[in-house]
Amino acid sequence: MSLRRWSVTLLAAFVALLTIAPLLWMLSVSFMARGEASQFPPPLLPSDPSLDNYRMLFGSFGIGRFLLNSLLISTLATVLALLFTIPAGYAFAKLRFKGRDATFRLLVAALVVPGQIGMLPLFLELKAMGLVNSYAGALVPWLAGIFGIFLVRQYCLSIPDEMLEAARIDGASEAQILRRIVLPILTPIIVTLALFVFLGSWNDFMWPLIILADQDLYTLPVALAAMSRQHVQDNELMMAGAVVTTLPVLILFLALQRFYLTGLLTGSVKG
Amino acid sequence: MSTIGRVSEARAGWAMSSPALAAIALFFVLPAVASLVLSFTDFDIYALADIGNLRFVGFQNYERLIGNPLFWKAVTNTLLFVGFGVPLIVTLSLFAAMLVNSRWLKWRPVWRVALFAPYVTTLVATAVVWRYLLHTRYGLVNYLLSLFGIAPIDWLGDPHASLPAILIFVGWKTFGYNMIIFLAALQTVPRELDEAARIDGAGWFTRLRHVTLPAIAPTVLLVSVLTVAGMFQLFAEPYVMTQGGPAQSTVTILYFMYEEGFKWWNLGSGAAVAFLLFLCILAVTLVQLRLAKRSGAI
Repeated sequence: MSLRRWSVTLLAAFVALLTIAPLLWMLSVSFMARGEASQFPPPLLPSDPSLDNYRMLFGSFGIGRFLLNSLLISTLATVLALLFTIPAGYAFAKLRFKGRDATFRLLVAALVVPGQIGMLPLFLELKAMGLVNSYAGALVPWLAGIFGIFLVRQYCLSIPDEMLEAARIDGASEAQILRRIVLPILTPIIVTLALFVFLGSWNDFMWPLIILADQDLYTLPVALAAMSRQHVQDNELMMAGAVVTTLPVLILFLALQRFYLTGLLTGSVKG
Repeated sequence: MSTIGRVSEARAGWAMSSPALAAIALFFVLPAVASLVLSFTDFDIYALADIGNLRFVGFQNYERLIGNPLFWKAVTNTLLFVGFGVPLIVTLSLFAAMLVNSRWLKWRPVWRVALFAPYVTTLVATAVVWRYLLHTRYGLVNYLLSLFGIAPIDWLGDPHASLPAILIFVGWKTFGYNMIIFLAALQTVPRELDEAARIDGAGWFTRLRHVTLPAIAPTVLLVSVLTVAGMFQLFAEPYVMTQGGPAQSTVTILYFMYEEGFKWWNLGSGAAVAFLLFLCILAVTLVQLRLAKRSGAI
């Protein structure tokens, strides 16, 4: 039995190492000197680790600007998505109003439609509104988060009606009930949703690529893709750029993984 | 409950849901519907400058697409991604989930998080990393293959290797997500069932086929549908790794739509592509649901 235990664990360790090897290698190469990774066989560790690539990225490449853009857009997207989604999710779960169930059924059906279908008209729409090539334009898709409403609603269904009724009898307004009673209960799902939107908007590529034309507004993925087309040969520099782009979200995920994984299951295995 | 209470509850319901509903109507439903309308127009760079140049052209965009070899190339490539990618990724995720679910495994959470990690990384960043891992001369992948005596493969430069190369990357990036879904399903399969089959002398593969798979059939379907939809939406992978090449071997439908719309500014034709893509995804989803119903999976 003990032999079996160790062989299974060893196999899992091997598969796990194989899986994260590309990420470890990215980190290792980012500390190498220029040209060091372009050898055969490829070196696994830098012979003389240095921060030169990062210095160059933040210096002459101005990656700090893109980092700030990404931080700003992802933070605003998260705040706005929460503001729009949480009240709606709660209302669809707990407040009785005419047309509620029919509207919700339409929303669930709309989950099948991928967002890319409307990208060209959305671009024209935002152009008419003067939002092309602005932070606001990059934020717009995150306001229309059907999945977030679905997630919050699922969670709200477990709140007992008696609790809300009692508050109403005590004279609390609907807004007060949402703020004082419902929001504290929702804390775990709010963290989950915030994490989803932050990671989603940070990692998003196609929409910022379309809507942001001005280089000063580029997010990290758009800037990195542009850089990788110009600097095909600079392995070490590109690896450092990849580290700057992906490390913040990787750390955020590792810190809050419990919230992420439970949310993922609520979202995909529908009831 | 009082009528006044009812009225204020209904009013609050609308007040709380209407900002989100308005945003969805304005930035999701309207563009999706407009896509269909746009696909019947000749919206191009001239119409972008002056809307007066816009004309309705009926099915001309669709007719032109059918006659465009690059469109067919994009459709074929996408179907190849679906045909090879879905079985590959579903199998990979299932085995990973079974490994992590094994009762003999120590430190389970560590392995689970390590296998899931690629999914949350930034796609563009890891695509850049994999472009170097797959480098013909200096790449680690070819180095590992050389240890087994396999000659270097020009992964991203050979039209026959480029599609498998991108599939390897997509598989690495996404299997962790499916693994988590499979893991949740596997945990609902009673251990006693598996144990009983083992005592009866059933081998590992027999138990997989006759005990585990029937028990998680609905999840296999769910994961397949999600993976098919994912394969239809490949864009950043070819954009960063191959720019659609070599010899257009990695142009996907979405990549083709992007170039039609935002490189050549043929927005009418791009919208037609978008609408056809939507029909494809819808059709595949419906077919899979029907198959599942017939086989009794759901």
